[in-house]
This record gives sequence, structure tokens and C-alpha cells, in this order.
Amino acid sequence: MFRYSCIGAAVLLSITTVSYAQQMSDNLFNPALSLILVGTYSQLSRSPNTYAISGFIPSGADVAPPPRGFNLGESELAASSNIDPYLYGQFTLSLGADNTTAVEEAWIQTLGLDNGFTLRAGRGFSNIGYINEQHSHVWDFVDAPLAQKVFLGGQYASDGVQLKWLAPTDRFIEVGAELGNGKNFPGSARDKNGAGGGAVFVHVGDDFNDSNNWRAGISYLKHTVLDRAFTDNGVSNAFNGDSGLWIVDAVWKWAPHGEMTRTNFKLQTEYYRRHESGTLRYDSGGVNQASDYQSTQSGAYIQAVYQFMPYWRVGTRYDRLQRGTVDTGSININNLPILAAYSPTRTSVMMDYSPSEFSRFRLQLAQDKSQLHQTDNELMLQYQVSLGSHGAHKY
Amino acid sequence: MQTFKYVRILSVTLLLTGATAAWANMNIFACEPEWESLAKELGGDKVSTYSATNGMQDPHHIQARPSLIARARSADLLICTGADLEVGWLPQILQQSSNSKIQPGKDAYIEAAMLVERIEVPTRLDRAEGDVHAAGNPHIQLDPRNIKLVAAQVYKRLAELDNVNAAYYQQRYKDFNLRWDAALAGWEKQTEKLRGMPVVEHHKLFGYLFRWLGMKDVGQLEPKPGIEPTTAHLAELLQQLQQHPAKLVLRATYQDDRASRWLSDHAHIPALAIPATVGGSDKAKDLFSFYDDIVQRLQGIGQ
Repeated sequence: MFRYSCIGAAVLLSITTVSYAQQMSDNLFNPALSLILVGTYSQLSRSPNTYAISGFIPSGADVAPPPRGFNLGESELAASSNIDPYLYGQFTLSLGADNTTAVEEAWIQTLGLDNGFTLRAGRGFSNIGYINEQHSHVWDFVDAPLAQKVFLGGQYASDGVQLKWLAPTDRFIEVGAELGNGKNFPGSARDKNGAGGGAVFVHVGDDFNDSNNWRAGISYLKHTVLDRAFTDNGVSNAFNGDSGLWIVDAVWKWAPHGEMTRTNFKLQTEYYRRHESGTLRYDSGGVNQASDYQSTQSGAYIQAVYQFMPYWRVGTRYDRLQRGTVDTGSININNLPILAAYSPTRTSVMMDYSPSEFSRFRLQLAQDKSQLHQTDNELMLQYQVSLGSHGAHKY
Repeated sequence: MQTFKYVRILSVTLLLTGATAAWANMNIFACEPEWESLAKELGGDKVSTYSATNGMQDPHHIQARPSLIARARSADLLICTGADLEVGWLPQILQQSSNSKIQPGKDAYIEAAMLVERIEVPTRLDRAEGDVHAAGNPHIQLDPRNIKLVAAQVYKRLAELDNVNAAYYQQRYKDFNLRWDAALAGWEKQTEKLRGMPVVEHHKLFGYLFRWLGMKDVGQLEPKPGIEPTTAHLAELLQQLQQHPAKLVLRATYQDDRASRWLSDHAHIPALAIPATVGGSDKAKDLFSFYDDIVQRLQGIGQ
């Protein structure tokens, strides 16, 4: 009797061990999950509801400062994992404060095609420039640079494929090309086979020494635009034609002996130049007047962030857009007040405190002169936290 | 003619970008200087080595710099501590390197911490406890007996991956082992007096060293791993030391000295900085001199 119960106990024990081990391995194969929570309090002298960037055709994306008062920021739910020995996958769901859900990223990527090649497919941020491929929660300021807003609708993502090649050199040299549906600004939705937009970029980077390192790049983004609509002064208009954007970016980082826990410094700048040519249709629903349209416009930002003691950083950023030349042909430009001859600027300063790698609290002050004859004085308080697995950060 | 022009442009570009003719050697990418030093000991002139971090850096907090991605692309063997020490940057480097050889689980990927018996493996995982490592204390380079275990594996992989030079590596491994054993015996003899000595450390860094030398860890300057020392925590620590005194406040040379100086002044015990790895002090030029320097600095206290 004793022997049987012993065997019974042993069997029972082995069953529980097996199911426990089973559970464990199921869990171990789950993707890495992470959740980003962001909240802001903003005090703005002008209503963000009437925000516009003068001198430029609006992107249609939501690029206004966060609503006044208390406001939940964009929450992000991400899952990522190796799929098999050949592929890696990443998925990011963005949940807006207004309860809208958007698939921010959903892509698969090869795990070492070798010879320096990496192929990515799906929806992802384009690797053009520097700040564009970063998630907004790793930006050093609450909001995007003005040039990002006006030329890329805040941040440019596309559904498509990307091929990157890393040169076999000690210096980092990366060359990449992207083809996508080009549905997002500066592109437009289109019912056509093939690609609606594409990009090429080169990034070069290296260490000067133990304490200093840098990365610089040049990118070109091209779209064939079909009926990209925008509203100005209550009238609907549309642009058709070619849109090409150049971006030159540079980043320099410093930390004594590369030990960045105590102090470090980062200088970052990007220059954007866009040429659009085609036809502009004015008042599509009414007068419906078409004309040749040409514009060459540019913008840049420069920002510096200094960590002066553990956990504490201060930063400053200067934005400037150059309206450049805008030729509306036979359409009277006065009918398009958004294209007023005006070059927006903005100056921002920020201070943030990060008690751990997983949380950050920020105060940002800005004087935003995006809009003709208007100055918006902004104060923003923000928290950003990350729950769960916390992936490695890009440079 | 046109082709020739392109070839010329390409070769000039490659020259300008600092391409090295590293055909002959095994390229070894080490995450920390101790593994670079070990690779040099075992690989001799058959390997080219590169360390992602230097001895004055906290390897937890490194940028996934462009230069690291470029070096990882051409690596034939990767040696890292693992146990989540490099979790904040290495995955990014590996993903962007497009080098399938050195991906986790492959033969050319060595995770040193998995080859030794790890201490301080937490029973409870909660970020409220600070920067805890699920796989235990990753700072395994601070026990020379661990170096021996890792050396055995590095030698094995070198011999497998670079088969033509297997005999060469075997010879160097044998030689290293003999020299290491002799040095180890010396270090242990020189540090006998330190057995049982109660010590306060800056970060939970020196666990392996204390276990090796039989020293007693009685507290940390950091309230929680990875959280900078606070005045409240230091005051509490000082009170605790009045009941159970310690003989020494120990920190790595890359760690801020303010908190250990404060405790040293108030508890009237010496504060000492030792290199946490090769390159952490002027004398610590390789694995042997790294331990020589640690032992020498500790002996100064033991007198």
C-alpha cells in the first residue's frame, strides 16, 4: 500500500513538474511586451485648435501642441520577438488620448542576411534623417521639430519594404533604400499598382575618441502625389505632382571617457529642403481653378541637451522654417492665406529628471511663432514611463 | 574606362573610410575589456580584438554607437558577459549588425556569465527593487577562478571556428592556464589577511571578489541597485556601521567618489577605489596586471 502511494505521489509530482515546465516554456517564448504611458499638462497662450504653420501647405496630420490643461499623451503597446532563426518581428500599437487606435509599426526584419544586408517589410518609420525613426517617447522635447511637422506631418511612416546595407569597414557606413505605398504626407493615397513613394539614405558614424562620437547622414524622400487635399480659409484645394525632400542630419555625443551616468552632452541638427512641382487645384468644390505650382522651401532645427548631474538634464532647441519661393501661377496667392510670406520660428527650453531608466519627468517652455502675427507662449509638464521589457535604445 | 573610374572611386572610398585588411585574423568583438584581454591571451597574433567598452565605463549604460555596429558586422566571434549586463545596448547592435554568426545561441556568441556559477540570483523580480538582474550578479570578472572557466570555453570556440590554428590556440591555452594558476596562488596568499573583513561597497558589484577573498559585504552606498546614493540612505548606513563596524568602503574607479568619501569621513574608515576591469587603472593593462593591481591596493588596507 505504501509502495503504491509512493508511486502515485511520484507520478503526481512528475505530472505537476511537467505542466509547470510546460507553462514556463510557453511563457519564455512569448514576445517581449512593453507599455509606454505618457501624460502632459499644458498651459498655452493660444488655443491649439486654431494652430497652423504659416507659409506652408498643411500636412493634414495632427501637429498642434497638446490640448490645454491636463491631457493623456499617446500610450504605446509594443510586442517584439525573434520569429524563427531568420526573422525578427515588431508590433507597436498607438492609443491616442481620444481613444483612437493606430497601428504605428508592424514589421518583420531579417536576422542577418549576411554581407551586411538587412531587409525589412511592413509598416515602419522611415530611416530618413535622424529623429524620424525614433519613437516620440525617446525625443528630448515634448513635441517634434517644426520642420518635421511641416515636411513630414510630424513623423513619416510607410507600408512597404526597406533594404539596408552596412559597409564592411571600421567606420559605420549604412546605405538604405525604401519603397512604400507613400500614403502618408507628403505623399497621398492612390489606387495604383507599384510604389507611391520611396527613399534613399546614407548614414556615416564613428568615434573621435573614447569621449566623443558622431553620426551624420543625407536622405532623399520622393513621392508622386495624387490629389493631396488641404483646406485653407474654408476652401478645399488639392496638389498633384512630384514632391522631393532632402534631409541632412548630424548628431554629436560626448561623455567623459564614454561614461555617461554622471554627465553627458548631445548636439543634434537637421536641415530639410523640399521641392514640389505640379498643379494646384483651387477650391475643388466651387471655382475649381487649376494652375501650375512650384515651391522650394526649407527648414532646420538645432538642439543641445546636457546632463549636468545624474538624473538631471537641461536642453534647448531652436526651430526655423524658410518659406522660400512659392509660385501659384494663375491662382491669386492672396486666396491662399496659409501660404503667406512668413518664416516661422520657435525657441524651446526644457529640463527633465529621470529617477530611473524607466521614468522621466519634464518641464518645457517654448515661444512658438509658427503662425503669422501670433506668438504662443507654452508651458508643458510631462511624464513618460515604460512598463515591462525595455528594449535597447538606438543611437 | 568608365569601369576603371568606378573601381578607383570605390578604392579611394574604402581607403578613406578606414577599411582594414583583416582577412588573416579572426575578428573578436568583446563587450568588456576583460574579455578582450582574454581573447588576446588565447588568440595571440591570430586574432584582432575590439572592446565595446573601456575600463572607465559602467557597462550597463553604453550608447549603441555607430562604431559598435560597424565592428559587430565583421566580427567572427563575440564574447560578452551577458546576464542582462548589456541589455540596454547589445540587442540593438546585434540587430543592426546583419551578422548572423554572432546572434544569440550561435557558436560564435559566447555569454560568459552562463559559464560560471552566478551569485545573488533574485528570488523576486520587481522593478521597485531597482536595477536587478534576473540571471544574478553579472560582474563575474571579479573572481579570477571565473576567468579560468571562461578561458576554457573561449579556447574551445576559437579552435572550432578557426580550425587551421587549433594547435596554436591549444598551446596558448595551456600556457595561459599554467601562468594563471601560478598567479592565482600568489594572489590568494597575498590576500589571506583580508578574510572575514567587513566591507561596504558602492554598487552591488564586488560580490564575486568578496566570495573569492572571503570578505564580508555589509552594505551598499546605493539604496537600491542602480539608484544613486541618497543622504537619507547614507545616514542610515552610518548608523548601522556604528553597531557593526566595517573596515573599508570600496568602489570601482569609474564610480563617483563623493558618497564613499562622505562615509569614510563620518565612519572613520578608509575609502578605496579599485579597477573593476582591465583599463580601470593605469596599472591594469591586462588580466594579470588587473588582479595584481586589485591585490596591491587591497593589501595597502590590510596592513
